[in-house]
Amino acid sequence: MTNLALIATLLMIMALAYHMGLTRSRAVAAEHDVRMHSRPGYYGALVALWCGLPALALFLLWSFLAPQLIEMLVTHQLPADMVAGMSDRELVTFLRRVTALANERSVSGGGTPEELAAAVHMARLQTFENLSLVALMAVFAVTGLVVARRNISPQWRARNQVERVITIALAASSGVAIFTTVGIVLSMLGETLKFFTFISPAEFFLGTTWNPRFSTSGTDAQGEFGLLPLLWGTMMVSAIALLVAIPVGLMTAIYMAEYAPPWLRNVAKPIIEILAGIPTIVYGFFALIVIGPFLSNIGDLIGINIRTTSALTAGLVMGIMIIPFVSSLSDDIITQVPKSLRDGALGLGATKSETIRQVVLPAALPGIVGAFLLAASRAIGETMIVVLAAGNNPVLHANPFEAVSTITVTIVNQLTGDMDFASPQSLVAFALGLTLFVITLGLNVIALIVVRKYRQQYE
Amino acid sequence: MSITIEQRRQHRLMTIEKSLATRHRKEKRFRRLGLTAVMTGMILVAILFASILMRGVPAFWQATFFMELYFDPEVIQLEEKPERASGESQSDFNQRLSAWQTQAGLVNWQVLIDRALEDKLSEDLEPSQLRDLRALLASNERFTLRNKFMDDPSLLGQTIEVKMLASANVDVWLKGNIDRDLADARQQLSAQTRAWADHLYDEGIIRNAFSTALFLNTDSRSSPASAGLAGAFMGSLFMMMIVIALSVPLGVASAVYLEEFAPRNRLTDIIEININNLAAVPSIVFGLLGASIFIGYLGLPLSAPLVGGLVLTLMTLPTIIIATRASLRSIPPSIRQAALGIGASKVQTVFHHVLPIALPGILTGSILGVAQALGETAPLLLIGMNAFVANVPSTPFEQSAALPVQIYLWQGNELRNFFEARTSAAIIVLLALMLSLNALAIWLRKKFETRW
Repeated sequence: MTNLALIATLLMIMALAYHMGLTRSRAVAAEHDVRMHSRPGYYGALVALWCGLPALALFLLWSFLAPQLIEMLVTHQLPADMVAGMSDRELVTFLRRVTALANERSVSGGGTPEELAAAVHMARLQTFENLSLVALMAVFAVTGLVVARRNISPQWRARNQVERVITIALAASSGVAIFTTVGIVLSMLGETLKFFTFISPAEFFLGTTWNPRFSTSGTDAQGEFGLLPLLWGTMMVSAIALLVAIPVGLMTAIYMAEYAPPWLRNVAKPIIEILAGIPTIVYGFFALIVIGPFLSNIGDLIGINIRTTSALTAGLVMGIMIIPFVSSLSDDIITQVPKSLRDGALGLGATKSETIRQVVLPAALPGIVGAFLLAASRAIGETMIVVLAAGNNPVLHANPFEAVSTITVTIVNQLTGDMDFASPQSLVAFALGLTLFVITLGLNVIALIVVRKYRQQYE
Repeated sequence: MSITIEQRRQHRLMTIEKSLATRHRKEKRFRRLGLTAVMTGMILVAILFASILMRGVPAFWQATFFMELYFDPEVIQLEEKPERASGESQSDFNQRLSAWQTQAGLVNWQVLIDRALEDKLSEDLEPSQLRDLRALLASNERFTLRNKFMDDPSLLGQTIEVKMLASANVDVWLKGNIDRDLADARQQLSAQTRAWADHLYDEGIIRNAFSTALFLNTDSRSSPASAGLAGAFMGSLFMMMIVIALSVPLGVASAVYLEEFAPRNRLTDIIEININNLAAVPSIVFGLLGASIFIGYLGLPLSAPLVGGLVLTLMTLPTIIIATRASLRSIPPSIRQAALGIGASKVQTVFHHVLPIALPGILTGSILGVAQALGETAPLLLIGMNAFVANVPSTPFEQSAALPVQIYLWQGNELRNFFEARTSAAIIVLLALMLSLNALAIWLRKKFETRW
């Protein structure tokens, strides 16, 4: 029986259990002629939970442990001298091939006699394991059902127990976010440490050349993995993006918050926010076919050599992308400045723009800086625009009209194509990813602290 | 010489008036600057959409042949299509059928096409000219023809009108997307083929017809003209199904816990900060997570919508949690107190009273989160979804493309003139999907908007 069918069956049994619990609780109520502690539905739900949860837990535990147990048994059954003659890695490969054979998938070369014998053994074990799982699950489900159903009595606090299960389930879901973070950090940390066994951290963080030769793992030619050119490229593109987004975004926010008549606000705000919803691959393509050639033509006109794919192209388009981000965050913060401050300034005879520049903006400054930092972290982590439009040229230079490469571009380049997770050429992607994660995390934390602190001022 | 009080007053007034004029000018300038910024934003949106539409819309129409084609029995030398005899087992029948299909594959379908074209051009061609002739049509049209015949063998000996795609180069040539005055050596098509294409276009045999291939076919390497989005569309659909099935329940559950049940302590504070941070983690980092955990550690298949869906789920979760929490927070405490006051438990209060009222907000947030996931590209590149896949996936476990990745793959295609338009067309499809999701979210918000 496949796992899916097994789970489906279990769910059906649970539905049945619900119904049995429901009718049973009504019968008990009629029998004793008393009020039950909870509504009938809760008894049904509790019986269903008693029936389903233990079986489900068993299933999960089983599917986690059984394959390992089977592999152990198969290895145990192999001729001792054969196992002794294999390294750990060979054994893993051997077991993988045997597993494939046992599941009737073909392996390259068809499989040696030993493998075939082991596969037959494994297939037998698997059948046994499957059958015992089904049997055990059935026992668990039925026992749970019978016990729970018998327990139904007016005193049984079914609702409280069901609600406790619900609360636990809710709490468990909020753990997923934690697990994701832990997963991100651990997975990247592990691979990064592996990378640092090939290349020293000093070489990585301080190197000024990026030249990871193509991976032929085993040879000495590892290439050079200097982070600085990539970091520099990232900073350059992000700086250009912020130079575009901050003035436009901030002025938009000010105009929207202070001047715009309601009708313009209603029209313009959603239109500008469309920019935030457009996939970044679309921006990348836009940069490549519209902005890049346009800039290059302008460069020809004024006699500067601007490449179609350059830091400038990528930065400009990325700036367009983060305009709505800056503008809506700043808008929120500006509207939060209390009206009394404005009234005070206006009452002293300041014009509206003077009020904004000398009262509202300084009051909102910490929050706005927080918004800029968030925008910066977004620019640093942006990928598709730079993949398409930055030109991928990992060299340290200060000319924004030339191509650059960024951390994100390099991650994509190192991890697409043939993946050999063991070579420094692909492991470096994780080191880069961790660096990126730490940078953006730092910016976000600072930004969040700043924004939070500021918000509390007027509350 | 003394200045009278009156003069001094006058002077002061003039200074004030002067400075006032300057200040008012400044005010105006500032205001205009703001308006310019707003206009810049709107104009940028307009330019972006206009340039994509201008390039993409023509690609929805493709140069297509409309001509009669004779299913010549002399070329198609095939037995009758096998019928399942009574008493025959399914496997025996399948064997016979596949033998027949193999045979049909061996028929030289190209000859039929060549003859039909020769007929239209009213020329008898040298064998050396066949190459030029075949450059007119998309190279996989002979398989389309074969499939058409296999579906309906009664076509044998008949002449019917068929619709066949012109090759990508012909499409580019006829649409004028390539400089017609380029030197011969730099043209993709030979002079002869170009002349024929123009001739057939004038005759009305090649027409611009709505490109159904774009929607019904999968990506194709051998025959660019018939490359379509069907595979990528299904892949994206599977991923969105996974994202909706996992991230919405999980996200809503954790938001409900954090907002309604969780005690305020160190741990929940950490969870909260953590979620805010996750929302700002670059998407490519989630791709790295997927590559190392789902593929490297758990051994899930590369390029599968399952893995893509899981990665996008983790990415979307924080968005949904934050939106749901905001929606829950906006519900006044009086609702909760009223429910608790008539004896409902905390869980009942939340599930019977609070959640239903918060539902529109939750839906809006979820839709926006899913829309964002739909357009995400970078993490998918890292889990191998940029592989070329030539079939429509039927389960989330099979290799598949996705819409944004298809755009990425097409923009890098060497047949620039053709694929730039195709890519824009694919972008239009993607944007249309996203905008309709966004419109749905806005509509929901408007419809259920409540003011307390």
